Amino acid sequence: MRVTLRVRRFNPETDLEPRLQEYTLDLPDHSTVLDALITIRERVDGTLAFHYSCRMAICGACGMRINGLAGLACKTALRRVEVDGTVTVEPMGNMPVAKDLVVNMEPFWHHLRAVKPYIEPHPDRVEPQDEYRISPRQVSELWEAARCIMCGACFSECTVDEIDINFLGPAALARASWLVRDPRDSRAVDRLRELSRPHGIWDCTRCFYCVQVCPKDVNPLGQILRLRRLAVEAGITDNNGARHGQAFAESVKETGWLDEFSLVPKSWGGNPVALLSELPTAVRMLVRKGAPSPVHPRRPGAHEVRYLFEKVERKRPEGKDA
Amino acid sequence: MLSHDVLVVGAGGSGLRAALAAARLGVDVAILSKVHPLRSHTGAAEGGINAAFSEQDSWENHAYDTVRESDWLADQDATEVLAQEGPAAVYELDHMGALFSRGPDGRFLLRPFGPERIPRTVFAGDTTGHVVLQTLYQQALKERLRIYEEWFVLDLVIEDGVCAGVLAYDIPGGTVQAVAAKAVILATGGAGRLYANTTNAYICTGDGMAIALRNGVPLKDMEMVQFHPTTLPGSGILITEGARAEGGYLLNARGERFMARYAPRLMEQAGRDVVSRAEQTEIDEGRGVNGCVLLELRHLGEERIKSRLAQTRELCTTYAGIDPVHEPIPVRPGAHYFMGGIHTDLTGRTTIPGLYAVGECACVSVHGANRLGGNSLLELLVFGRRAGEGAAEFARNQKGVEVPEARVRDTERELARIVSRSDGERWATLRDILADTMSREMGIFRTGNGMRHCLSVIMELKERYRRVRLDDRGRVYNYDLVSTIELGFMLDVAEAVVISGLGRQESRGAHYRRGYPTRDDANWLKHTVVHRDPEGNLHLDYLPVRITRWPPAARVY
Repeated sequence: MRVTLRVRRFNPETDLEPRLQEYTLDLPDHSTVLDALITIRERVDGTLAFHYSCRMAICGACGMRINGLAGLACKTALRRVEVDGTVTVEPMGNMPVAKDLVVNMEPFWHHLRAVKPYIEPHPDRVEPQDEYRISPRQVSELWEAARCIMCGACFSECTVDEIDINFLGPAALARASWLVRDPRDSRAVDRLRELSRPHGIWDCTRCFYCVQVCPKDVNPLGQILRLRRLAVEAGITDNNGARHGQAFAESVKETGWLDEFSLVPKSWGGNPVALLSELPTAVRMLVRKGAPSPVHPRRPGAHEVRYLFEKVERKRPEGKDA
Repeated sequence: MLSHDVLVVGAGGSGLRAALAAARLGVDVAILSKVHPLRSHTGAAEGGINAAFSEQDSWENHAYDTVRESDWLADQDATEVLAQEGPAAVYELDHMGALFSRGPDGRFLLRPFGPERIPRTVFAGDTTGHVVLQTLYQQALKERLRIYEEWFVLDLVIEDGVCAGVLAYDIPGGTVQAVAAKAVILATGGAGRLYANTTNAYICTGDGMAIALRNGVPLKDMEMVQFHPTTLPGSGILITEGARAEGGYLLNARGERFMARYAPRLMEQAGRDVVSRAEQTEIDEGRGVNGCVLLELRHLGEERIKSRLAQTRELCTTYAGIDPVHEPIPVRPGAHYFMGGIHTDLTGRTTIPGLYAVGECACVSVHGANRLGGNSLLELLVFGRRAGEGAAEFARNQKGVEVPEARVRDTERELARIVSRSDGERWATLRDILADTMSREMGIFRTGNGMRHCLSVIMELKERYRRVRLDDRGRVYNYDLVSTIELGFMLDVAEAVVISGLGRQESRGAHYRRGYPTRDDANWLKHTVVHRDPEGNLHLDYLPVRITRWPPAARVY
């Protein structure tokens, strides 16, 4: 097949601005984006820099943006992504570009280190002589998170990290979701408390990009939601995120619909100083006539909503997410 | 100047395991790697880790199976250590957080891997290497080990006959750096990229082997290159032996289970060398399918394929456009593993005081002429720890010396010379010729004439290599330069492989030589050892095989 790669180039030694460079190649039909890039650096232009190693979607080195979304170059068939014979390749987002398609992943690794991504056994517990007993079901439940290869694709597309680079981000939280639930670890509650702080699990806005781009189906958003549930179950509710979720659910359960007026004060836990900080927003809403009504009557049929809530609460199987 | 007690070169399983062991003895440890640790090739290991876990098993059984599979070329004292220390090493990894597949009783699930008589391979689906690498990296983070990331080792520093550190190229910054160390552990992995058809990652270019050779350290059994029987055509991507362990079988174009003619007892479970030769024979004699044979998994059923061979299925659909639930997989042999490597003793010591080696780049000699599937991950756990502890003990009693500044300046000048060349060929051109020639002449079947031809090609390429021209003249992330240096390493390792192969006038394990088609214990029950003299000429020598309890016997499948 003939394909044109539009590659975003940037050499910090010579360029002030990134530029797009086009390479037109003839490649076998089944070639991947990585095959194309390797062909360029070996046959056409040896100055092109990018990371790669295993070429089989297990080492996580070749994360990059392909037609605007992050993925592994080695796992992306050209045929699948070419539009009129053209594919655009750019470095991942949310990380500084070092050269061409190479990004400096330090922000990503920084967050990984921040979640203490290793088993911490209880210091007093005697380790077994052999292996820990873990049920096959537990292993398969942990496996979804544990199979993450740390390619950074989710972090690249995370819309929260885009505005707050301190957000721990999908991959680090997915790793935490494994460790919190691993029976060999002793710090589950401490971990949940740390993860419930600002820039943690409650900062995710559920945009789903991480789920969409993950090449290993780690389902980072699902892992984050799981951590939220575990945190609330562990009684760690002294934060806006948990209070927001609870106020949301309570209002719908009791009245059949969302009480937007009381949502903000309840999320802040009634903290008057913090509430004051929301005042400008409230004023703007009033001016633009977008403010919710303070009157919040029960809706007809609210008892049916309540019944549904109770039914779901009763039926939620142990260990499963709602 | 940067300085550490122990410096580990390479951050795959061996390097990380060695670094952790050294750190736990309280010495100052650093790791240096040309890629981020998680990009190391250990992560691509699929099938599992052997150890005698079950009551029906014993370390003697495991050691014996290892020796038999090695075609009696392994040193038996080394295999005894491997097998004896195996279970504890895997339990330790479990305690560190490795997530291995479990049975209903919550204990390790064991897979019958290779020609073993009982199941002894612990695994994590078909991504065992991923679990091993992630777990060890997590421990390295826990221990806050210093990691020089994307630093590419160029050479050793030897002062008064003792290893004093390394010279490295900092890839992001483009500078030459000296790192002094009282002990250096080479854990740089294999050299599968010497071949065109290989399961190995692009980074597997034999760096540590070449550097050791250049410094006069002998390489052992370099002719022993394992070809894995099941790799995807074109890409060479590995289809795990686990596929056959789970019950998959091989068919030729006529639909025959051809292994019946080569290994009637064990069929597809025969040794990797045996199965690879059988496949190549079928293909060469016209019973292949487009240069491949077929791996049939359909009878296992969708459920088993999805639960035990999930990655295999993903690899087949992504890279071959085939779903093994519905179609057989075309497979062919591919270069997979170097049984040989830097000659070491049981604690990873080389012939240079202060220099250690471990993992695929080393040859402690547990694999002999043919590695038993599932033993490489075990080797890195067992001997990684031993090398780390050995190096730490050595470092404690050393004062340490500075790396002479002149070494850094000389190396910088040398790199500048390479970068500034304006006429000549591209490294990729020479790499292709090397890989094609190695695949043809040093592959599954070898001949004296073929190997001599291969050697002459390598010598010619070495000449041409001196004039390789770069496109990239920059400093930041100059991968053009990195690849060029890697090619230099590959050419040196290739020469050692061919010299060793020419020496061995018999067929044993992975080394099958037409004209000498049988194993010759009377004359060749010995290791080949190749070393380089200061003038750059290679010399072939031999070492006896250490036999403790199992006299050589025929391998019958």
